[in-house]
Amino acid sequence: MADAVLVTGMATQWRVAKWRPRRTTLLAFAMLSPSLLFLALFTYWPVVEVAWQALHNQQKIGGPQVYVGLDNFLKLFGDAAFRKALANNLVYAFGTVVPSLVLALGFAMALAKSNRVNTLLRALFFLPVLIPLVAAASIFLFLFLPNVGLLDYHLAKLALSGPNWLGDPDVALYSIMGLTIWKNAGYYMLFFLAGLQAVPADAYEAAILDGAGPWQRLRYITLPYLKPTIGFVLVIGLLNVVTQVDHVFVLTKGGPSDSTNLLLFYVYQQAVESYDAGRAAAGTLVMLALLLAITASSLRTLERSFGEREA
Amino acid sequence: MSVANREISPRLGYGATLAIAALWMVPFIWMLVAAFNPESMGAGMASLVPRYIPTLANFAEAWSSADFPRYTLNTMIISFGILAVQLVTVTLAGYVFARIEFPGRTLCFYLFLLQLMLAPVVLMVPNLVMVAKLGLYDTLLGVMAPYFASAFGTFLMRQAFKVIPRELEDAALIDGANVWQRIGFIYLPLAKPSLIAFSIVSVTAHWNEFLWPLMVINSPDLRPLTVGLATFTRGAEGAQAWGVIAAGTLMVSAPLLIAFALFQRAFVNSFVSSGIK
Repeated sequence: MADAVLVTGMATQWRVAKWRPRRTTLLAFAMLSPSLLFLALFTYWPVVEVAWQALHNQQKIGGPQVYVGLDNFLKLFGDAAFRKALANNLVYAFGTVVPSLVLALGFAMALAKSNRVNTLLRALFFLPVLIPLVAAASIFLFLFLPNVGLLDYHLAKLALSGPNWLGDPDVALYSIMGLTIWKNAGYYMLFFLAGLQAVPADAYEAAILDGAGPWQRLRYITLPYLKPTIGFVLVIGLLNVVTQVDHVFVLTKGGPSDSTNLLLFYVYQQAVESYDAGRAAAGTLVMLALLLAITASSLRTLERSFGEREA
Repeated sequence: MSVANREISPRLGYGATLAIAALWMVPFIWMLVAAFNPESMGAGMASLVPRYIPTLANFAEAWSSADFPRYTLNTMIISFGILAVQLVTVTLAGYVFARIEFPGRTLCFYLFLLQLMLAPVVLMVPNLVMVAKLGLYDTLLGVMAPYFASAFGTFLMRQAFKVIPRELEDAALIDGANVWQRIGFIYLPLAKPSLIAFSIVSVTAHWNEFLWPLMVINSPDLRPLTVGLATFTRGAEGAQAWGVIAAGTLMVSAPLLIAFALFQRAFVNSFVSSGIK
């Protein structure tokens, strides 16, 4: 009988009105409980824990946790390595997301027409997305190797010489950005390919009749239609910038002299190498604030696509 | 259309795309050429043209210097273990959000949404504390547990369930099917494309994950492929054994690349639907 309560419309006569609210509610929560249990353990509790930890610290190793107010945050922002990581992350965000987006849009526009060659090319651009970031880093380790590595070897053939790709503090971050762009552009291309399918063909035809050139069509038709896609890819790109640092671990470990340190890797170092739980927690909170700021902009879209506000 | 066909910019764009595609392939080509090279170090390693008789020596070397079979097994246990639990949790929760009206529904919706906004890897430090409290430190279950609930999967299943006509469920109800039977015989079979999409995205994500298992796992025996590869790379880098690194990297990357080659369309479609992770 409990099941009958779910039905609406034609099966109305099966309802047992008096029991309806209690039983469906119980059923709903019973079915949500496995998810809610794991969300509680690994999303809600950690947020509370990290907030508490950010306000506490041990005065001596092995000692009790003492309330220290904003001391952890002061130490965090007082740490040159953290400020460097924050600044690096900004440069890294701008320098990877913008080129990846432009490339992805270019790939998608060039390969929008489906034929054998274009399908193959799309697959080629997508391959880097599928391999682990550490595997990509292992390959790029040789690519960036001084003198005998892939880049320097072929530059030498052209009588050119490259910088010390990962060893020079002024260059290393840009080398890592190159890897990130290579890894992600193909992923973003997929969204642009999907977005381009929504642009009506007659819009282009009308524009061509009106004498619009390719750049004008891009500016006045393609880009306006792709606006939601661009916003969406921007959010994914920024999330990747904050959450993916595996290649930093393999290639540089944040060095030389913190020139490639990124926030998440800094937090990892504080927790695993320096055992500074308070500072790691404060750093985590800064990152959570960044994530919320990034995703808040897409909250409306999320609500529309997943929530009650159907479009 | 003839006007558009004579335009120069789109053609230049296509030409540039072709050139970049060639550039994009270079790391993969190097990996293949170096992996099958009978030598493993020296100046010739940077060549992109195989001028040798291919051998499997580098693979044999990589295979024996790191426990790749065990790493592969661990990665498979982690990826498919997570997926198995997720399929249960996201189906149940997806059904609730698609079909049941109850007080507290909106609150629950936002509680799920929160996970979508806070990437689990950012919570790795407090999650490690939780894993240790549960006695799961240095276990594969500890690597898996934070992913057992998936807001992304829940919302994906909700969308798939919502478009299934209610009349089908009503008919099954009249036949006396209970809620589990209705989910098992009506909803799940009809939501198969979404289940496949979610499975591909989930397995790919956890197959490739690195930082979190690195934190949880301490015993060499329990390392997944990514952690094993990073450790192995560091050792081989010291020895300048680039051919061996290429072979190891190829072994780690091959399973997903082969799966992609076989099911290209399914992969592309699932990644498009994975936009909101």
